Amino acid sequence: MAKMNLLQAVNNALDIAMQDNERVICFGEDVGVFGGVFRATSHLQEKYGRDRCFNTPLVEQGIIGFANGLASQGSVPVAEIQFADYIFPAFDQIVNESAKFRYRSGNLFDVGGLTIRTPYGGGIAGGHYHSQSPEAYFAHTPGLKIVVPRNPHQAKGLLLASIRDPNPVVFFEPKRIYRASVGEVPEEDYQLPLGKAEVVREGSDITLLAWGAQMEYIEKAAELADKDGISCELIDLRTILPWDVDTVAESVKKTGRLLISHEAPLTGGFAGEIATTIQDQCFLYLESPIARVAGLDVPYPLALEKEYIPDQWKIYEAIKASVNF
Amino acid sequence: MSTQANRAIHKPQFIRGDALQIPTYKVLKQDGNLYKNAQMPDIDEALAQRIYRAMARTRMLDERGLASQRQGRLSFYMQSTGEEAVTVGFAAALDDQDMIMAQYREQGALVYRGFTLDEFMNQLFSNAKDHGKGRQMPIHYGSSELHYMTISSPLATQIPQATGYAYGQKMAGDGHCTVAVFGEGAASEGDFHAALNMASVLKVPVIFLCRNNGYAISTPSSEQFAGDGIAPRALGYGMHTIRIDGNDILAVLEATREARKIAVEQNEPVLIEAMSYRLAAHSSSDDPSGYRSKKEEAKWRDKDPLERMKNWMIQQDWWSEEQDKELFEAERQLVMAAMKKAEKVPAPHPDEMITDVYDTPTPHLEQQLAELKGHIQRYPEVYPKAAAALGYKEGE
Repeated sequence: MAKMNLLQAVNNALDIAMQDNERVICFGEDVGVFGGVFRATSHLQEKYGRDRCFNTPLVEQGIIGFANGLASQGSVPVAEIQFADYIFPAFDQIVNESAKFRYRSGNLFDVGGLTIRTPYGGGIAGGHYHSQSPEAYFAHTPGLKIVVPRNPHQAKGLLLASIRDPNPVVFFEPKRIYRASVGEVPEEDYQLPLGKAEVVREGSDITLLAWGAQMEYIEKAAELADKDGISCELIDLRTILPWDVDTVAESVKKTGRLLISHEAPLTGGFAGEIATTIQDQCFLYLESPIARVAGLDVPYPLALEKEYIPDQWKIYEAIKASVNF
Repeated sequence: MSTQANRAIHKPQFIRGDALQIPTYKVLKQDGNLYKNAQMPDIDEALAQRIYRAMARTRMLDERGLASQRQGRLSFYMQSTGEEAVTVGFAAALDDQDMIMAQYREQGALVYRGFTLDEFMNQLFSNAKDHGKGRQMPIHYGSSELHYMTISSPLATQIPQATGYAYGQKMAGDGHCTVAVFGEGAASEGDFHAALNMASVLKVPVIFLCRNNGYAISTPSSEQFAGDGIAPRALGYGMHTIRIDGNDILAVLEATREARKIAVEQNEPVLIEAMSYRLAAHSSSDDPSGYRSKKEEAKWRDKDPLERMKNWMIQQDWWSEEQDKELFEAERQLVMAAMKKAEKVPAPHPDEMITDVYDTPTPHLEQQLAELKGHIQRYPEVYPKAAAALGYKEGE
């Protein structure tokens, strides 16, 4: 075990993946010598050479188009989009190409080797172009897998699994806790399963569901609720697509209540999808309406960032409202 | 700074946008004679026959394809009439294992590589034997065996993918290259510019082959771009470029061979702009009489690339008018026979709805398929094909 922050865990996973398979190739804007603007690819060029870790021109649609072609050739590209806010020029390549490559060719060709890494989320005074959480746009696209880790241990295991998964994966990294989240991480190679949620704390009164950086807020809210004698069960969804309905439904059947929290705006957010499915599966078990604590339906604000964030206090209030319904 | 900033000027002298005019490489005249000073490429009778026969098959495929659409047998078709010298000729200049990432009007390359008429027809009829499992509209062919990437409708997406594919080939060191084919309309897309820039910067063995056929559906090239076509754009990206007569099979063959040499020997990208004309409509859903004149079409019909190659082959004593007539008739019959056969093959099984979304179907896809099957079982008369495939009878 070693103490690592989330960035070091990502860097360590990339290092292991490149060491393990010479077809793994990392690229994106500033990822070469500089090691990325957040340093997630530090020292990889030094270690594996310019052919396997390099800067690209500043063109997101080109980076993902290139990555799709490289993956279809049999290589294992790990493409970085510097901020999730800048993934949209590549939306066509991801939605129309990566996601449909295998299906449209009847499995003659696929881009299963592709992983797209991108830092997402707010809380870093980044305004609306360095703070977005665009996971729901991609969740509407069959053929993609979408993964979001909550801490360094999870980041390493889930990233290694994403790189080796035979399907294209969009891996969203919670940049607010890149350095703040520190924990024990095994030094060896390990993988955590995709498509599986994790119950991180058992409880009996209400299920709190979140992913990525938002896990920190539901944990703090659960501590506040503890003092009121409310027992919260906490689940980290980990994979947004395809998501683990069974683990969530099983928990809700036990607690009778569900609160989902995400940083992205409420309307069209992934909580809506979860709420509908759980309502369908657990209708007779529910003791209160499924609660959503999300961002406001506004572009991510700068000066009012603190007010925008669905923090532990907003979640705590929603827990009380649900339990007292 | 890698720009050539060594020569300074001290007055604001602009370089005009039309300062550079790129010439067109031509070898073969319409009457079958070579231009004076033109070099005959290395081509023997066997290769000439293979190329010409592929061009003839392509034309017959297109003739019957459109006719069948008009008869209501096919839902959709796209002809490549008038552009066969480009689409067959470039494939003839490649190694058969070089990757082709085409747009949608390059059936000639597939014919040349040996995609069978049955394979064409199974795709066109979206039947159970289609490699693509009946998932895409007609003409979206693909073959991993023939190194021909499955066609994707969104324009220009294959161009940066070709850059990436070629990077992988360079890393593998297998001596192969990738060819991205696209129209002059698609060259307006951002993906085109992204692809060229990345290919030049990353030094990959890729050939960008632009079929400048004058039209993007109804939009003439005069409303698509200003300036001297597509070829000069490559220079802006520091890339080798050439413009060729796309109706001249010998020019296509020689230019593509030279481009391939640059790509695989120097790991550098090349752009070829092949000037041609889309004699056919954009697709079976299009009617060109609304946007161009019969006179203009006639001018280009006189430059027919098949006629030109035939004239040259007759001069070489490799071909005759009688052989020509027989070939076209034989090809027409073969195409029609393959069509009849493919029409009888059933539609893909309903289970194929959920395969290949992921490498294996996820539990939620299995569940959705089970629900769909339950519904089909309750309403077999509404979904007769699927009900038959699943063995659900009416009244069950």
